[in-house]
Amino acid sequence: MNQETELIQPPAQVASKAVKGEAIIKVIDMHKWYEQFHVLRGLNLEVSKGERIVICGPSGSGKSTFIRCINRLEEHQRGQIIVDGIELTDDLRNIDTIRREVGMVFQHFNLFPHLTVLENCCLAPIWVRKTPRKEAEQIAMKYLERVKIPDQAKKYPGQLSGGQQQRVAIARSLCMNPKIMLFDEPTSALDPEMIKEVLDVMIELAESGMTMLCVTHEMGFAKTVADRVIFMDQGEIVEQGIPKEFFGNPREARTRQFLQQILNH
Amino acid sequence: MSDGKVNPVLPPPSLSVGVIGWIKKNLFPSWFSGVLTVVLGYFIISSLIPFIDWAILKADFIGESPADCTSEGACWVFIGTRLDFFIYGFYPESEHWRVNVIYLIFGLIIVPQFFSAVSARIKMILGVFGVTVFPALSFVMIYGSETFGLPIVGTSVWGGLTLTLILAYVGIVAAIPIGILLALGRRSDMPLVRALCVVFIEFWRGVPLITILFMASVMLPLFLPDGVTFDRLLRALIGITLFQSAYMAEVIRGGLQAIPKGQYEAAEALGLGYWQGMGLIILPQALKIVIPGIVNTLISLFKDTTLVLVIGLFDLLRAVQATIIDPAWRNVATEGYIFAAFVFWVFCYSMSRYSQMLERKLHTGHKR
Repeated sequence: MNQETELIQPPAQVASKAVKGEAIIKVIDMHKWYEQFHVLRGLNLEVSKGERIVICGPSGSGKSTFIRCINRLEEHQRGQIIVDGIELTDDLRNIDTIRREVGMVFQHFNLFPHLTVLENCCLAPIWVRKTPRKEAEQIAMKYLERVKIPDQAKKYPGQLSGGQQQRVAIARSLCMNPKIMLFDEPTSALDPEMIKEVLDVMIELAESGMTMLCVTHEMGFAKTVADRVIFMDQGEIVEQGIPKEFFGNPREARTRQFLQQILNH
Repeated sequence: MSDGKVNPVLPPPSLSVGVIGWIKKNLFPSWFSGVLTVVLGYFIISSLIPFIDWAILKADFIGESPADCTSEGACWVFIGTRLDFFIYGFYPESEHWRVNVIYLIFGLIIVPQFFSAVSARIKMILGVFGVTVFPALSFVMIYGSETFGLPIVGTSVWGGLTLTLILAYVGIVAAIPIGILLALGRRSDMPLVRALCVVFIEFWRGVPLITILFMASVMLPLFLPDGVTFDRLLRALIGITLFQSAYMAEVIRGGLQAIPKGQYEAAEALGLGYWQGMGLIILPQALKIVIPGIVNTLISLFKDTTLVLVIGLFDLLRAVQATIIDPAWRNVATEGYIFAAFVFWVFCYSMSRYSQMLERKLHTGHKR
């Protein structure tokens, strides 16, 4: 048995709240190049509202680049990405509108070190959503309680552990009340004993019906919460399916090889 | 420890503490350092004793005329009698009060910044006042205004420490924002903006300040149409500001480059626009990193204001130079230069201390 599943101890598969047919993200034949290098090669994906998707794949397969395209941290050169009914183009207003609705959690947390935890959480609601400061602070405290660190609100990120910082980062994204949450390897920069506290928060978030796209190697997490697991390799979606089928009976040889490598360590 | 007993708490060995310990550790740790200590100590003491003797023990402090300098030491009487000239230059004596009011307000803005007891909010308000209302107010007070019944005092008679501070203050207040804009421009995605900023920075950085001042005072009038005059002080101010903003831009760019890409991405992912991201996330961190570099530039700006003497402006150093040749006094060049050096040192050292204070205050735990 691998370590991750032991850590999480899934009670049962978390019930899906996905609303079939209502696509909140649509990716149609999307390509991306870095100079001459063809990173993403014709991706197609539809994500329903409330769906939880785990994306895995070997390093360099383009999975991080893919989710970074969804809030336009990376630009795609061909095909379409439509988020919440708005197509991502060069139009800066569209990009800003979409970024307001899409939260992102990074591998290295990327908290703002010159601001306290509370200020980190309030900043975007105050400046982007124009929420009054008082109200923004109340909302922030609510989410800090939800990620179980309200007592650290006055501290600076540099004074917190990695796991605490990542939970703050999740709270910071939630303060913008996003419709979609993107996770870019949220646990891979953490010490092993801190992975669980972050995954617990993510599982709780999944239970609440948030639409989630998560790049991760935590297969236990995938089994517990994912509606769909996507396997990417060399810039393509090789295989996707519900966790039971994906892990129990992978169709593609590349998927089988990958799963063997990460599950048998 | 392992058998459950706690090791006793021992006092440190006597050789490593106290005066003897300190002397042994810092002055005579090895025979070579010991020799150096003795030799340097000899030089310091043998030059300090005659200096103190000259500057304090045998000096004349009180008096009103050259006749009061009777002893063989320093003649500080000279500084005292010429102090007004050193501070105000040729500014008419009847209007000195106007400059004094500005000095007073200047002090009220600056001094509280050095005390931690003053709340950050008050410091902020004073700071904003200092860079917005204060320069305009100073101009009205020092230059004069018919509407307020203050007689006009032309810039040609401004001088002394007042002129030095005006040059430095305007230079500092203008060079920082221009430097920030240039630094951002040089890192812009827009090729035209980037090119303009690079050309501007490299031009001003490639020319010595003294050349710029000469060009501004000698060559610029040649290109202007007849009858158009351009205030000499204004020309010097523009020259100094643009010159220093080019340096400032490069210092700040260093700070911008030190900020991890993730900070930019996090700001973007939260939906912050370019100016919001820069103003709230990137610049506060970048400027904090480069405080030593910024202060370095500001101190050099402060000292470089003395170069305006080449275009005939009467700053503090020029005022001192002009008075020490007065034949009524015996040779007072040393006193004059020591005084000028001391005044410059006080201001530059204050800036240095302030920046160290600021760095300590802005430190927020470990860097990621």
